[in-house]
Amino acid sequence: MTEIVFYILGVAAVVSGIACILQRNPVSAALWLVAAMFALAGIYVLLNAQFIGAIQVLVYAGAIMVLFLFVIMLLNLGREANDIRRWPALLAGVAIAAGIVAPLLALRLYSPTRLASEVSGSPVFGDPGTVLSQGAAAQRLAENQGVVGAIAGPLFQTYLVPFEVTSILLLVAVVGAVVLAKRRL
Amino acid sequence: MLLGPALALSAILFTIGVVGVVIRRNAIVLFMCIELMLNAVNLTFIALSQYHGLSGQIMVFFVMTVAAAEAAVGLAIILAVFRHHQSVDLKNIDLLRG
Repeated sequence: MTEIVFYILGVAAVVSGIACILQRNPVSAALWLVAAMFALAGIYVLLNAQFIGAIQVLVYAGAIMVLFLFVIMLLNLGREANDIRRWPALLAGVAIAAGIVAPLLALRLYSPTRLASEVSGSPVFGDPGTVLSQGAAAQRLAENQGVVGAIAGPLFQTYLVPFEVTSILLLVAVVGAVVLAKRRL
Repeated sequence: MLLGPALALSAILFTIGVVGVVIRRNAIVLFMCIELMLNAVNLTFIALSQYHGLSGQIMVFFVMTVAAAEAAVGLAIILAVFRHHQSVDLKNIDLLRG
């Protein structure tokens, strides 16, 4: 059952992604990208990352894509000529695609137990940083502490300093966006 | 659980994003392709976090924050460029070409 839903959502994500890069109109490209992000949010839920799935819908499909659509409509784009490049760049695109997708698809051969056996000779259990069998790490933590609690713990303990640095990054981005977009300060 | 298919899906989505960056000339669509690539990498993090603990999900959290900041600054740059050239087509933006 999970596999069937995963493949349906995966096909939806790929089709939406392809439609996004082939749509002439920027508004429809943005809406196809929203569709791809919704499909990815569903996949995150299937992969035991429910909180990230919710954040994906809220932040990506909600905030970021609305920002894109807002700028597209503010600039009144969409009535320009076809901006898809002609054949030399198209050919380069296909060549790059073939060159990238082949090694990346080799990632399918990755398995945690294989990595563990290659690194240490035998898989080590018990430490959360090491390998757990059959995708039990996220699931077990979520069962013990709740979906949000399992993330909140490490986020505010182990990763507290990066979290605070992120807030500074957001402040810099806000100030930078205002400075860049304003006509005259 | 579904590790191999998820990694393959993320590879395909990343490649779609790269192809989009190569074949399009609209700066805003280019940005959307970059978002697609970030999403593909997020999928890799999520798929591997099932096996290697929840640090991967926290990394996705940070990637999303950086993507939001990047989108805000990038779109502000596009706005400023549009005021100069009345266009977001990259073929019109060649000020730095030697």
